[in-house]
Amino acid sequence: MAATLPAPRGRIDFVGIGFAIALSVAIIFPLIVVGTWAFTEVWRYPNIVPQQFGLRFWNQTLSRADVWSALTLSLQLSTVVTLLSAAICLPAAYAFARMTFPGRNVLFFSFLAGHAFPKFGLLVAIAAIFLQLNLIGTFWGVVLIQLVGTLLFMIWIPVAAFQSVDRRMEEAARDVGASPLRVFWSITLPQAGPTIAAAVLLSFVGTFYETEGAWLIGAPGIRTMPVLMITFINNQMVIQYGAVLSVLLWVPSFIALMFARRVIGGGAFARGFGG
Amino acid sequence: MARLDIANVSKLFGSTKAVDDFSITVEDGELVCLLGPSGSGKSTLLRMIGGFEKPTYGSMTIDGEEVIHLPPEKRPTGMVFQSHALWSHMNVFKNIAFGLKLRRLPKAEIERRVEAVLELVGLSGYGQRLTHQLSGGQQQRVALARSLVLEPKILLLDEPFASLDQHLRERLREEVRDIQQRLKITTLFVTHAQDEALSVADRIVVLRDGRTEQIARPAEVYREPATPFVAGFIGQMNLVSGVVADGRFGHSAFNVPAAVADGPATLAVRPEALAIAPASGAGMAHVHRVTDYGTHAMIDVELPDGERLKSMMPTADQWTPMQKVDLVPGAFALYRDNGVIYRADAALALAKPARKTRSTVHA
Ligand SMILES: Nc1ncnc2c1ncn2[C@@H]1O[C@H](COP(=O)(O)OP(=O)(O)OP(=O)(O)O)[C@@H](O)[C@H]1O
Ligand SMILES: [Mg+2]
Repeated sequence: MAATLPAPRGRIDFVGIGFAIALSVAIIFPLIVVGTWAFTEVWRYPNIVPQQFGLRFWNQTLSRADVWSALTLSLQLSTVVTLLSAAICLPAAYAFARMTFPGRNVLFFSFLAGHAFPKFGLLVAIAAIFLQLNLIGTFWGVVLIQLVGTLLFMIWIPVAAFQSVDRRMEEAARDVGASPLRVFWSITLPQAGPTIAAAVLLSFVGTFYETEGAWLIGAPGIRTMPVLMITFINNQMVIQYGAVLSVLLWVPSFIALMFARRVIGGGAFARGFGG
Repeated sequence: MARLDIANVSKLFGSTKAVDDFSITVEDGELVCLLGPSGSGKSTLLRMIGGFEKPTYGSMTIDGEEVIHLPPEKRPTGMVFQSHALWSHMNVFKNIAFGLKLRRLPKAEIERRVEAVLELVGLSGYGQRLTHQLSGGQQQRVALARSLVLEPKILLLDEPFASLDQHLRERLREEVRDIQQRLKITTLFVTHAQDEALSVADRIVVLRDGRTEQIARPAEVYREPATPFVAGFIGQMNLVSGVVADGRFGHSAFNVPAAVADGPATLAVRPEALAIAPASGAGMAHVHRVTDYGTHAMIDVELPDGERLKSMMPTADQWTPMQKVDLVPGAFALYRDNGVIYRADAALALAKPARKTRSTVHA
């Protein structure tokens, strides 16, 4: 119930500080390096700082039509996949959490099973089927494959969220005159809301960065941002192209995080992750 | 204000009978306590009235109208849960206003009613608080207000104060009783605390394993328990098994007159009706422990077969552990086959004090 993390007690927590520093180095250092590369025009060994900063590569990258179309496509894909996934998975999650029906457990664990085996093999098998269905290289083909990838988050996390909603709260709402649908809308959903929002965000960001499925099913017609970035790095050894694209790829993460903070608020977000 | 009729209601969960053939008529404005040990079916019964469980058999009417087939939202009942079940994503005002909004009342009317009910439960000015910014007692008051604001015909309280400390519990139950009397609202109050039931109820229903043991006014349940179970459950009671022979109930340390047919019987005597006297002969019982409460003393007496009884005496002074004593029962009752077969009131027993005897009769 606590809206904030418990405040640390008086003594300085050296282990905690150590972890914080280690994490910062591991996460922030590469980000700084990539971020620096994106704004660098000349940076030769053995200099620690680039010889020349500049926006030349931004101009070159952003003037390319394929970058813009890939960005738009990626945003469209992530949005469509996330919405579809929510529409399919949230009712299913509610059913798993609140109802008993034959085959419930088997079905529930099958969602996990899809992630328990090496994913690429599964993808190749799906690709073979999609080939027959003429879905290879199409938008909806990629949507389908990426949808499969989101099922895990979008079922498991919301199931946990719905299960943790106090049944008595729902009964109390029935008691004062709310229909079952109204109870779901006014009580269950808001109670499970922060956690479900976390799942939706994970699914959006996860889809945006997904490459294996997008490449295998989408190529050559559909090129998402991450796929485009890989192509750039593979074809032309210009580090800056890759760096600029990475920085561009951070955009959805930042938007997602800002959105999370605004809409849910720090404490509730932590609660969503079981805090 | 309403009358509730429950007739022959049973509830089965698989093969367990949670409620077994229960019937009662609760009069308009009456407060009935459902009292019983854990698992005796109190909550199940209340949840059936609220519409959260469907009876397997039987009928329930409110003001003559059958409600069995109505879902909770269509029933004129209001329920307060043990865990208060306030909606933590709404503030106090919204919690209370939710039911009124569902009824599409105008905004001004909703505000007026919420204010009034907050005042009724002593929480004026708390409307904007979040539920976790309230103490346990305040949360329960909000839960109560949330039900009361809709003016239910029947108020259902399922151990609403069980999680609160003794002091607060006493205060809140007095408040609930006051509000209930002021609004004249028909109420069912579940508790497993007998003091709670004795102090607020118009009538008490004692349940055991889903069956009714007794339905009566508090004083009657206390003074004339209908079964040995009720006798043991309400207040303190000494229960002694023995045998009736030739018009006397006998046990190792007891021998009292009882004009009933021969056979096994259980004697029930309250500590305040069981006096002790220094042994006139060898003495069959001895003092085990003396507890001085200031206002009175409780003497634990051990019988030859190891059984212990409690005797309430005015002072602790004359009693010491291991001292041999005789037992002098005042008012007592005899039970056989789960019913009363004999009652001796205090005056009678005092007029003819039990004769001490050396002849032991074993049950
Ligand atoms: N949903 C259920 N499914 C199966 N059995 C149940 C269910 N609800 C209650 N029971 C059983 O019914 C019996 C009565 O339970 P109930 O909750 O009514 O007892 P209670 O008197 O309220 O006890 P307590 O004082 O512990 O709250 C118990 O044996 C319980 O295990
Ligand atoms: Mg109960």
